[in-house]
Amino acid sequence: MAEFDFDNAPAVRCTALEKRYPDVLAVAGIDLEVRAGECLAVLGPNGAGKTTTVEMIEGLTAPSAGRIEVFGRPWGQGARSDRAIRGVIGVQLQETHFQEKLTIDETLAMFHSFFPVGQSADDVLAMVALEGKRAARVGKLSGGQKQRLALACALIGAPRLLCLDEPTTGLDPQSRRQLWEVVEAFQARGGTVLLTTHYMEEAARLADRVAIMDHGKVIAEDTPDALVASLGADQVIELELEGAPPVGLDALPGVRAVRPHGDAIRLSVGDVARVMPGLLAHLEAVGAPLQNLSTHRATLEDVFVEKTGRALRE
Amino acid sequence: MAEPTKPPPAQAARGPKSPLLALTLARIRIFVREPAALFWVFGFPVLLAVGLGIAFREGPVEPVHVGLPAGDPGTAEVQRLLDGKEGLAVEVLAADALEERLAKGTIDIIVRYRGEGAEKGAAAAPEGAGAAVVDLRFDPARDEGRFARRAVDDALQRALGREDVATITEHTEIPRGRRYIDFLLPGLIAMNLLGSSLWGVGYAIVQERRGKLLRRFAVTPMRRSDFLLSFLLSRFVFLFAEVVALLGFGALAFDVTVMGSVVDVGILCVVGALSFMGIAAVIGARTDSVEVASGFMNLATLPMWILSGTFFSYERFPEAVQPIIQALPLTALNDGLRAVVNDGRGLIDVLPQLAVLVAWGVVGFAIGLKTFRWR
Repeated sequence: MAEFDFDNAPAVRCTALEKRYPDVLAVAGIDLEVRAGECLAVLGPNGAGKTTTVEMIEGLTAPSAGRIEVFGRPWGQGARSDRAIRGVIGVQLQETHFQEKLTIDETLAMFHSFFPVGQSADDVLAMVALEGKRAARVGKLSGGQKQRLALACALIGAPRLLCLDEPTTGLDPQSRRQLWEVVEAFQARGGTVLLTTHYMEEAARLADRVAIMDHGKVIAEDTPDALVASLGADQVIELELEGAPPVGLDALPGVRAVRPHGDAIRLSVGDVARVMPGLLAHLEAVGAPLQNLSTHRATLEDVFVEKTGRALRE
Repeated sequence: MAEPTKPPPAQAARGPKSPLLALTLARIRIFVREPAALFWVFGFPVLLAVGLGIAFREGPVEPVHVGLPAGDPGTAEVQRLLDGKEGLAVEVLAADALEERLAKGTIDIIVRYRGEGAEKGAAAAPEGAGAAVVDLRFDPARDEGRFARRAVDDALQRALGREDVATITEHTEIPRGRRYIDFLLPGLIAMNLLGSSLWGVGYAIVQERRGKLLRRFAVTPMRRSDFLLSFLLSRFVFLFAEVVALLGFGALAFDVTVMGSVVDVGILCVVGALSFMGIAAVIGARTDSVEVASGFMNLATLPMWILSGTFFSYERFPEAVQPIIQALPLTALNDGLRAVVNDGRGLIDVLPQLAVLVAWGVVGFAIGLKTFRWR
């Protein structure tokens, strides 16, 4: 039976992983690796298969096909081995409702008791900034505080791998930044993080590498910088025009790609200054009056639109 | 980045380190912090015992309520004849009020004096004088109506001179364990165990599944058996409190004593509670809807309250349904508890009832655990 290999094995290795439901193929055969010590963000729109993938890695959902190893130890080698794997993973699921009648302290103590090792509740509560609330009933907490309690419960077993499924959805910007700091501190101490999100800035801030998922497949996987660089275009010009979009935009010198984005059109370009004169002249020539024009540096969002043809949160 | 991962230093835990103990403690805390649950488990059965125990208490027998029509020429004569007779309470009321009160049951019988010898029986009247003719109006469908008819008849006949020919002696003391409250209390204990086992386990599971807490538990190394056992342990803590509260209350307020062994009562209660928790395991195995689960739990409890003889003996039901009634777990627990508490029997005598309970429990847990879903 394979034991853990914390020194050389990747934190997670999925091979030809597939999840088939009666009516849908949720995960369509993916290979994915989370290296020990890194933060991998799985990015994708709702229904892309992110949550199903993470739940299979956590051992919550059984794969239809394929193999998952956690620090070199595959799932399904018996109840004892599976429990050992659960012992090294800290999990934050989407919207867990903890028992409202228990206090923060009592909830943490209960989760603590499940794990063979653990860190002290004082440390964990200090990390998530809930020290002052230890005696408060869960039912009295705000949304952000509940989310931090969920993170505390994920950390209490001193995990080597932290799996966070959309951890900041519905949080205010301040709570979001607080949570990011906790994740960064965990990683700084040698922990591995697997994160799903549909927030670009979350992936850009936390992730060493990003895997973009759509329709159950991983369609791109690299560092954020490399993914943006793969566009071959540093800048994006966004146009809003009156009437139908004119033809011939993609033939303009310096334009790499043209894509609709809501009511607007986005042009991926290398250098705005070189494209602009030709673009304005073309619009003038075809009689398409300009309502609005803006430019920004290319981001992961542009990578996503480029790869999938749709926006992240459509 | 490429460095091997080191977990943060492991430290001593706060609170219990045993997952079973921690889960059990959490369940106990959740329960005692829910005032409504406390009321239904402890307050409600005691209130029922008080209400029903007083309603069916032996003691001063309710008199027969006799109504006389106001303004009727014979009323004064009847009033004189019935005045001061033991067990009769006579009221004079307007005719329509009388009918209304008779329908409500606050008057048992209406008596009208029709004079002497006015009707066909007059020919046979002794001693020359016409015999009195009295009309009685009552509802023969009510026990009280039939009883009132005999009581009034008797009182009038005697008042008018009928002689008794036999001497009647009475002894009416009820033996211990045969009063209504003696019958009721074991039924209340069983009913309470049914409710608290079903709701305490089934509702808690479904609520945790809906709140996605079950799946959160499922991704920890917690043993599945600890999760199950925590329900059993926490239920047993409350079972002890429930049974002691009801038996203690019965003993103090109504002098109900356990004729058999208290240990046997305890064993029956534990087996009964396990049996009911088996049913809860089936109901809670899959659904994540509290409403659906509540429906099924009501479906399980309400018919058994009626059929299993909680408040009155199930032998009043037709012969054809008796086998079904006997197979119900609440019937088995009722009969078992009554045999031990009221008749002083031992566990050997209630083996059939124990077998029914064990069968329900085994089948229930087998189905429940087989089909259980953590998500």
